Amino acid sequence: MTDAAPAALEVDGLSFAYGKKKALDGVSFTAPAGAFTALLGVNGAGKTTLVNLVTRLFAAREGRIAICGRDLGSAPGAALAQLGVVFQSRALDPNLTVAQNAVYHGALHGMGRREALSRAEATLARVGLADRMRERVGRLSGGQQRRAEIAQALLHGPRLLVCDEPTTGLDIESRAAIVRDVHALAKEEGVGVLWATHLVDEIDAEDGVVVLDAGKVIAAGRAADIAEGRPLADAFLALTGAAA
Amino acid sequence: MSAARGRAGWTACFLGVVRRELLRFLQQKERFLAALVRPLVWLFIFAAGFRAVLGVSIMPPYQTYVLYEVYVVPGLVAMTLLFQGMQSSLSMVYDRETGTMRGLLVSPYPRWFLLTAKLSGAVLVGVAQAYAFLGIAWLYGVEAPPLGYLTVLPALALSGMLLAAIGLFLSSAIRQLENFAGVMNFVIFPMFFASSALYPLWRVRDGSPLLANVALANPFTHCVELIRFALFMQVNWLSLGVVLAMGGAFLAAAFWAYDPARGLMARRR
Repeated sequence: MTDAAPAALEVDGLSFAYGKKKALDGVSFTAPAGAFTALLGVNGAGKTTLVNLVTRLFAAREGRIAICGRDLGSAPGAALAQLGVVFQSRALDPNLTVAQNAVYHGALHGMGRREALSRAEATLARVGLADRMRERVGRLSGGQQRRAEIAQALLHGPRLLVCDEPTTGLDIESRAAIVRDVHALAKEEGVGVLWATHLVDEIDAEDGVVVLDAGKVIAAGRAADIAEGRPLADAFLALTGAAA
Repeated sequence: MSAARGRAGWTACFLGVVRRELLRFLQQKERFLAALVRPLVWLFIFAAGFRAVLGVSIMPPYQTYVLYEVYVVPGLVAMTLLFQGMQSSLSMVYDRETGTMRGLLVSPYPRWFLLTAKLSGAVLVGVAQAYAFLGIAWLYGVEAPPLGYLTVLPALALSGMLLAAIGLFLSSAIRQLENFAGVMNFVIFPMFFASSALYPLWRVRDGSPLLANVALANPFTHCVELIRFALFMQVNWLSLGVVLAMGGAFLAAAFWAYDPARGLMARRR
């Protein structure tokens, strides 16, 4: 990344509370463009809250979020146009075909039907689902549905892809394939990826890692640096154990 | 991207959301059937049975004595719009529970615009149902002046928008799908029965002045009257004003409720 290019995602001093219960407390980190950044934390660490804030499902009241240099608070349209999201729960309509879902998603980003279908062909081919355009989403396997969601999230050419535990409920093979594909996507197409997970085996040594615990960032850096020669899982347990 | 795509992008977004509403409706044929059967049962059974009891005298917009079936049809048309409004509210709650609504809410276009597009789709479906019912009523012998079927269109659209906006606002307050039936009991039935849909207000006032005042304050009454007058090529200005004002108020409330910074959605985990 050059000095001039903004990071795919900048989070600065972000706090959020559900009533009196603090879910995020002064969270700051950067996810560079063209890199895979894992947001690692146990259940309840605040990962999904952070994803909801980055996607503007919730509005941040304290702190700042910028996507590719666009401030989410003051210019939400410009910021969200750079964002693709794969949520933890399924977001595709199971009663519509993959193509119909793509046309709908394209429309939400201002694309006409023809353009959306043409782009969908390309993004579906990337995840190995080019031949499933006319299939109803509900008839796809769990792994295929996740792949279709990733393809759909990429339809409008986002510069930041946010994935919230996208491999939940998938078998080992499907998980590995999706993780591999998204790593390749970051490297080959320069898309910044923020990957929220509690599964350390989805993270490569060269990936960026932000460790979240009880709403706070307790470590951030290259996975290999955080691991310090140990397995990353051990380092993660030591970190979160120490924080508790 | 939204700004860069300009007017074409806004149009594509609007049409895309409306198209999805229509697609979902077309895929649920039983929903269309149910939407038709409900008012037809009232027309074929209730209205026929109560014709003698609830005869209607001359009252605007009618210029002669009319049969009870003629009186009740605008109320039943409004009923189809009411149920469609609540159905679209139900689908919002369902979308929220299943997660499909998130795709809509992370669009770069403003939420008021996305919600307006969604409402417009719901209104379009409601208007199609209303015309289907009017067609069957016509075959049954309940006829309005031919031009009335055209002049009723704006009344159907405005009433549909008001009722769908009420549904949209309610959907923001309903936490789970299971709560929906209960809320509907407290919305649909009181709105329908405490209105001029089934009986003229002057008759209600004879029996219960309080109920007549409640009905007069009920926005559904004004939807019914707006449709009734429009079907006979007249404008009920009071009802038009109430429908416009209440429609604007409920739309504003729904936009507020879905605002991520301030509304009801912001307070829910």
